[in-house]
Amino acid sequence: MLARIQLPKTARRGEVISVRIAIQHPMETGFRFDVNGRAIAKNVINALSVRYNDAEIFRAEMGSGMAANPSLEFFTVARDSGELVFQWVDDAGRRGEERVQLAVTGP
Amino acid sequence: MAAGLARAQTPADPLATLVRDITGGAALTPGRVTIDTPRLADNGHSVPLKVSVDNPMTATNHVRSITLLSPRNPRPLIAKFVLGPHTGRAEISTRVRLNGTQVVLAISQLSDGSFWSGSAEVEVTESACLDAG
Repeated sequence: MLARIQLPKTARRGEVISVRIAIQHPMETGFRFDVNGRAIAKNVINALSVRYNDAEIFRAEMGSGMAANPSLEFFTVARDSGELVFQWVDDAGRRGEERVQLAVTGP
Repeated sequence: MAAGLARAQTPADPLATLVRDITGGAALTPGRVTIDTPRLADNGHSVPLKVSVDNPMTATNHVRSITLLSPRNPRPLIAKFVLGPHTGRAEISTRVRLNGTQVVLAISQLSDGSFWSGSAEVEVTESACLDAG
């Protein structure tokens, strides 16, 4: 699964930074039919978790009400330099993971 | 807003059941939660939505979660977001599907256990669920 993550490369300690993630996924509702009239099974990314230096900072539990190619923006406090790990899973059990480095400057 | 909450108090209403599942029967107070979304959405497939809670984000007083509900969707529970003191700002932007014109409801739980709600009416000219293609 393709995903794009946007956050600053560097931040001052204590700064509130914006984190954006967009994942390529149809977020199939289960209410649609294919050309042969068969129902297309529901398949959405149901869970997304973001960890910052191994502590969970954000979690989303999602349903079919989320638009296709789900995008989310949230905020976090830049505490220490380190790694943000984004992990998600869909109803079919397919998992995705992205890792982004963040450098924190200042006292 | 008033209509959404009045409806939520009718026991047989599925929305009321859903709200009770979220709050566990605790009091739900209108306020603090703001939904920022276009008043008119041409297309229900992807409606931009920003939800924010007017509350500090400190270790002792912060927003624990935000739940988004769309009463007219076949599955009204859009998403639940879990936050914490390290979130810095209780604000989330995303894009949702809306099955027609409705009042979207957001319920937020604070660290003291209290529940707050906010809502916004969105007029949808083309529903997300009609188009099967």
